[in-house]
Amino acid sequence: MSLLLDAPLALVAIAVAIRAVAGGDAFARVAAFMAYGLVLGFIWVRLAAPDVALTEIAVGGGITGLVLLQAAGDARFSRERGVGLLYHVCAAILALGVFAALAAVVLLLPEPAPSLAPQVATNLPATDLGNPVTGVLIVFRALDTLLETVVLLVALIGVWSLSPDPLWRGRPAPLWPAPPSGALDFLARVVVPVGVLVGIYLFWAGADVPGGAFQGGAVLAAMALLAIMAGLMPAPALGGRRLRLALLAGPFAFLGVGIAGWFVADAFLDYPDGITKPLIIAVEVAITASIAVALALLVLGPPAGRKA
Amino acid sequence: MSGILGSALAGDMLLVGAVILPLFALPPLLLAPPRLAERLSVLVLLASLLVALALAARVGADGAALATFIGGWRPPLGVGLRADGFSAFMLVMTAVVLFATGLFAMTTPGAAPGRVARGRMPPAFWMLLASVFSALNLVFLAEDLFTLYVALELLTFAAVPLVCLDGKLAQVEAALRYLLFALFGSVLYLLGAVIIYGLYGTLDIILVARAASASPGFVLALAAMSVGMMAKAALFPLHLWLPPAHSGAPPAASAMLSAVVIKAPIFLLVRFWLDLAPTGLAVAVAPVLAGLGAAAILVGSLVALAQPRLKLLIAYSTAAQIGYLFLMFPLAVVASPWSALAWTGGALHLASHAFSKAAMFMAAGLMAEALGHDRISGLSGVGRAVPVALVAFGLGGLSLMGLPPAGGFIAKVMLLSAAIHLDAWWIAAVILAGGLLAGGYVLKVVGLALQRPAEPLAVRPVARWREWVALALALVAVGFGFVPLEPSSFLFIGRPASWAGLVP
Repeated sequence: MSLLLDAPLALVAIAVAIRAVAGGDAFARVAAFMAYGLVLGFIWVRLAAPDVALTEIAVGGGITGLVLLQAAGDARFSRERGVGLLYHVCAAILALGVFAALAAVVLLLPEPAPSLAPQVATNLPATDLGNPVTGVLIVFRALDTLLETVVLLVALIGVWSLSPDPLWRGRPAPLWPAPPSGALDFLARVVVPVGVLVGIYLFWAGADVPGGAFQGGAVLAAMALLAIMAGLMPAPALGGRRLRLALLAGPFAFLGVGIAGWFVADAFLDYPDGITKPLIIAVEVAITASIAVALALLVLGPPAGRKA
Repeated sequence: MSGILGSALAGDMLLVGAVILPLFALPPLLLAPPRLAERLSVLVLLASLLVALALAARVGADGAALATFIGGWRPPLGVGLRADGFSAFMLVMTAVVLFATGLFAMTTPGAAPGRVARGRMPPAFWMLLASVFSALNLVFLAEDLFTLYVALELLTFAAVPLVCLDGKLAQVEAALRYLLFALFGSVLYLLGAVIIYGLYGTLDIILVARAASASPGFVLALAAMSVGMMAKAALFPLHLWLPPAHSGAPPAASAMLSAVVIKAPIFLLVRFWLDLAPTGLAVAVAPVLAGLGAAAILVGSLVALAQPRLKLLIAYSTAAQIGYLFLMFPLAVVASPWSALAWTGGALHLASHAFSKAAMFMAAGLMAEALGHDRISGLSGVGRAVPVALVAFGLGGLSLMGLPPAGGFIAKVMLLSAAIHLDAWWIAAVILAGGLLAGGYVLKVVGLALQRPAEPLAVRPVARWREWVALALALVAVGFGFVPLEPSSFLFIGRPASWAGLVP
């Protein structure tokens, strides 16, 4: 039964992967890439890793796909600078080398694989959380997650730095040159309210079942982008104080709770007993907001100028 | 350290503070007016420098490594931060260079608003500087392979945009190439970390080292991580991204990139091969690293000699100078009384290169600002326009050449003595040849700059105190020349790395 399900999944994954790297129309290849993200998501589900699956679909398929679509659109207007056959051959050799090394490693790994999962399970009750992945992200390895939210903010600053700073109060350029069509408008009006609900649910449910701040934030970001693309709302002005506070909220609420840990608990990023779960939820609210805003702004790109 | 919080908590705060304090420059930079935000950023840099100094003082006073566990969760489940003598040394070096970079980039106090706008660094520069600071400190303190991956990501995303702050097309291309190399390095690093977790079920460096043996999977993981770090460190033949990136950035950014950012992957390579790998494996691999280092020194220096532009020359010199740090490996990993001297020499070279290179990039930036260009052929007489900057450049160059009295001299003497006593004659030969070549490219510039110009120079004024910042850094590099010629006991505090009984 499982082979019946898994073999087609694996074949489809390989097929869309080949379509994505084979030559031809850039848009079709980006579409194949997005499909690849979706198929990978299903594979993660089959591997019993639903948290990874959600992230893969939201970020790997959705947000990255949008960025690539934009790049494919821009590339049409640039001078075509094709790469030679040698380049493709070298890239293929490199990729096959990595594949061979990975395959060898998978065969070399001890069976059963050593894992920290039992330790996580033992210690999870102390955190009042039900989802072990959230436990690892927000409690056991909280420093990594805290700094990942900073990485996202710094990446956005890097994108903005492509525009001279007097423009930093302006708005990003529109994603598409074309005016929004009726179909997109309709789609956005139907999908956005549902999507926002799904995003909030993903983050809220993440404490106990698969989901969490990153997945929820990615879905919310995608909904904001859809609404902007359909013309339901304008791209935000990047100088707005509320927007910037939303960007800072996640990393600095997390940092604030971490620092408070020194005084009300035993260590940096230690949550005091009794209010552990409410505190974690509060941190996750802030992180989700920051991730949603930062991801959407990353896709929208650097400020374009004072027009709009 | 008899603060109200008690010494145990204070050590904890110093370790975490070193990582998070620089980040507190971000909110004012995003919310406050630029001038005020810039001043606050410099204050945050100063506070971070003080934390680094306090941490080093504490490590020195205790004579033992400081350690803390985030949220109180111990490895393998949680993440630990740890500062031994070598980490503390790197922290202080980085903090001094980055604080000086901040002073150099600051707008002149009291300058009229109109004049300010011309030379002012954008808020993005300050945000990226603060993020680089935090990321580097995390690289030096983290004991967990995934936390280190986060640190490397933060470092990459903060460092790459520094290259294209002026927004010119060539700079954006250089930044993209840097980004590709750096991400390639990150992917290989992450791959290695995943393999190690699959093998040993932990990401803590100290716990992995306890369990590790030279099994094929572990060797593959170390190889992947090392190649990744070499790409980030621009070790020959993966150095092609460095010269355009480091020479195209604004001077303050170049100084930061060439002096300290490049040292993070080298620090990690040292940790992989001295702390993580079994000794036998390290001894077998070290000559390969040294061979690449030797090639970097010879090729980088020769190409530097041929450069028409000053900033490119200095950038190629960086590609050459990091070679010395790889020459250290075969000398430092063997079990010999001389390896401690080689190790001290390597650390000294790392620090004196950081200070002299930051000084030279700043000085070159000031020369270019005064003349309006940085063509070496047109530098004639620039010594009259910016004499202090030229002295800073010359003193920095002195250290690169390895002439006394300079940090580079004492570092090379240590490496040379170790090489000769360990019968590694080819390493000794490369060290000497590299010094001669460095002499060639530094003297070429200084000689021209001291000449009387053929026609009077049209010189734009530069802020004098920025010249003094460059000079101060160069003087620190020279000051290293006065450390005693013996293995440093501070660098060996808390080594070999262990959790000292804190983790069962």
